[in-house]
Amino acid sequence: MRMRANTAIGGALMALVLGAAVTAAFWTPFDPLRVNLRARLQPPSSLYWLGTDEFGRDVLSRVMAGAATSVVVALLTVALAIAVGVMVGVVTGYLRGWTDRIIMAVNDALLAFPGILLALAVMIVVGANKFGLVLALGLAYIPSVARVVRGTVLSIREKEYIEASRVIGNSELYSMLRHVLPNAVAPVAVLATSMFGWVLLAESALSFLGLGVPPPAPTWGNMLAASRPYMESAVWLGMAPGLCIALTLLGINLLGDSLRDRLDPRMAHG
Amino acid sequence: MTAPLLTVGNLRIETVRTGAKVVDDVSFAIQRGEFLAMVGESGSGKTAAARAILGLLPTGLVRTAGQILLDGEDLATASPKRMRALRGPAVGMVFQEPMVSLNPAISIGAQMAEGLALHERISRREIRRRCLDMLARVQIRDPESTFDAYPHEFSGGMRQRIMLASVMLLKPKLLIADEPTTALDTLTQREVLDLMVALARDHGTSVMLITHNLGLVARYAQRAVVLRQGRLIETGGASQILSAPREACTRQLVEALPRRGISSARQAKSEPLVSVRALKVEFGGRQRLFRRAAGVSAVNGVDLDIGAGETVAVVGGSGSGKTTLGRAMLRLVPAAGGEIRFRGKEVTTRPDREFRLASQLVFQDPYSSLDPRMRVGEIVAEPLRHVPELTSAERDRRVEAMLEEVGLAGFGQRWPHELSGGQRQRIAIARAIVRRPSFVVADEPVSALDMTIQAQVLRLFERLQTQYGFACLFISHDLAAVEQVADRVVVMQGGRIVEQGARDDIFDRPQHDYTKALLAAAPVLDFSGPASLQASG
Repeated sequence: MRMRANTAIGGALMALVLGAAVTAAFWTPFDPLRVNLRARLQPPSSLYWLGTDEFGRDVLSRVMAGAATSVVVALLTVALAIAVGVMVGVVTGYLRGWTDRIIMAVNDALLAFPGILLALAVMIVVGANKFGLVLALGLAYIPSVARVVRGTVLSIREKEYIEASRVIGNSELYSMLRHVLPNAVAPVAVLATSMFGWVLLAESALSFLGLGVPPPAPTWGNMLAASRPYMESAVWLGMAPGLCIALTLLGINLLGDSLRDRLDPRMAHG
Repeated sequence: MTAPLLTVGNLRIETVRTGAKVVDDVSFAIQRGEFLAMVGESGSGKTAAARAILGLLPTGLVRTAGQILLDGEDLATASPKRMRALRGPAVGMVFQEPMVSLNPAISIGAQMAEGLALHERISRREIRRRCLDMLARVQIRDPESTFDAYPHEFSGGMRQRIMLASVMLLKPKLLIADEPTTALDTLTQREVLDLMVALARDHGTSVMLITHNLGLVARYAQRAVVLRQGRLIETGGASQILSAPREACTRQLVEALPRRGISSARQAKSEPLVSVRALKVEFGGRQRLFRRAAGVSAVNGVDLDIGAGETVAVVGGSGSGKTTLGRAMLRLVPAAGGEIRFRGKEVTTRPDREFRLASQLVFQDPYSSLDPRMRVGEIVAEPLRHVPELTSAERDRRVEAMLEEVGLAGFGQRWPHELSGGQRQRIAIARAIVRRPSFVVADEPVSALDMTIQAQVLRLFERLQTQYGFACLFISHDLAAVEQVADRVVVMQGGRIVEQGARDDIFDRPQHDYTKALLAAAPVLDFSGPASLQASG
């Protein structure tokens, strides 16, 4: 029962966020980019449900429009990091030897840089736009995924069912895909959900440094960053994107947990 | 007789969640200096009953009724503080898994000293002296350096001795040993248990040995208690229970002991199916920066022929190289020298598809040999991927038929974790047999299973072998199982074959000293009572 509640709440939160993102493509209460200096820093009211910002832009409209950018950036980044990281991790963990040593040496060198620094460097090269952001953050998170996956694979490959697969006459590639990969899913699922949160925050950090999605296009990150000077006078400015990030994280974590349990036959009947 | 040391009366243990009775109305007593065996299969509640004495039931289990009187004091109502004072000096416990019951991060000496420092007011020098004495007593060579060493430097048998030493250091009145030697090979098992008996006698300690091995009961115990599904089935003198069991299920346990099968008519054909000459396997030392440190040979110059349909058993203690030999014969570990021929064809280094598809392996541990994310049907079907001429309907039929053969018809949709150990091992056997291999290596296929399950699995294995006629390399340290299934026996020690011959010759007329020692250490039912108690004194 508990698991179903998780799935339901997580699903509802994610549906809300995705719904807002999709709706924003067709309709928002106001134009999220329209500046209205006569309505600066208005508190929430029946007209502006979540208030207005320092340029008089409607916060609700911007949060909705920002959902699309933020969620898409986070999803793509996580997908990129997981896809490449899992591939690298499985190959190095399974093959061991020189392949492993060389790739892991590079990987550890990358790990030594703070992710945000790495992302900064990449952003400067590819330029500040949505896909540069995905590439930069994705690259920054690949090494940690690869590390975790490699560790898991190292323990799985010593299991006797992998040896059994070899005795059956299966190729190494088949054993890797059929036996090793599915058994490495649980830690990857956990990692992916928590990474979603890091990416949302990293995106706001980059926006704060002026390297995220360039203004005036709204993202939750740059809205949060822009609200900082008005923290005391206009609380709602920071609250709206902050709550959005928090609720999205909650939703994705709940969904991730239930997904992981669903994928594990040992938990499915629990 | 004076009052017993320990009296357990009407003990009941239930699971917290469902209220299922794990131990139901069990009563027994242990006299001072007595060796009592508690016998039962897994799930019979024997471990739970023993842990209740110590007040150390795992979470999820709770004692709901009964009293536990130790020296007249009711442990069931004792305060946690009082229990802590009693654990160690009054009741000691040795666990099953020597590999995990010592803390790897603390030196042996520090772990042994913990108990003394906690329960006795003596100086550090005195503690050290007593620890060293005890280490010497359990026949650890060089106690001084052992004192400062860490657990990973010792083998399972050595660790179990150290464990025993640290428990006996406090001279408990009662020693509870929960399957203390199940993880050890036969020779080590005998050494550890003999030592335990001797130590117990030194200190007048009563011993409660929890085991599923009736051979050990026959050799060591004076009295036995038989449990089944949480209920006390029978209690009485050990030899009486074994030779004349009153209850049906005790009889079942006794009858499950492997017995020598009829000498089979299977004879080695002129042309061996698999033949191994001067096979050598080395495990590389640690890889250094520029070169590899000298390796250790696990298998050193082994010659072995296995005829079609023949069962050759490889026996030997742990570290004798028997498992490595099996792996090397399947080319799972590379040979460092020598050659392997399959049907006369050299397969030592070249990957040979025919050999790979004709040979199979059954593993020891049925818990890690099945992919937890595949259904039973998929697991059994997997080897058939490499039989391209089968249509998928034929494949399904073959899998279904195979599951029926191993007595698990209709289990195709289940997951491995839903099965018991014995059922899993049947699945592992089904997976090995489904492609009709001509050569199967079975690496300790029953040693992780209960006695009655062992008997079933061994019978199944024999039946399948008669039916499908595959040759088998049966690796085991359990001579009783070997006696039941083998045609020929090969004895290994230190990577070499020290003796080989027909089963009856090896068992009845062993030549090599090591074979004799192995046979002598094997726990068998001889109904002569606990001989070693008197004999080794």
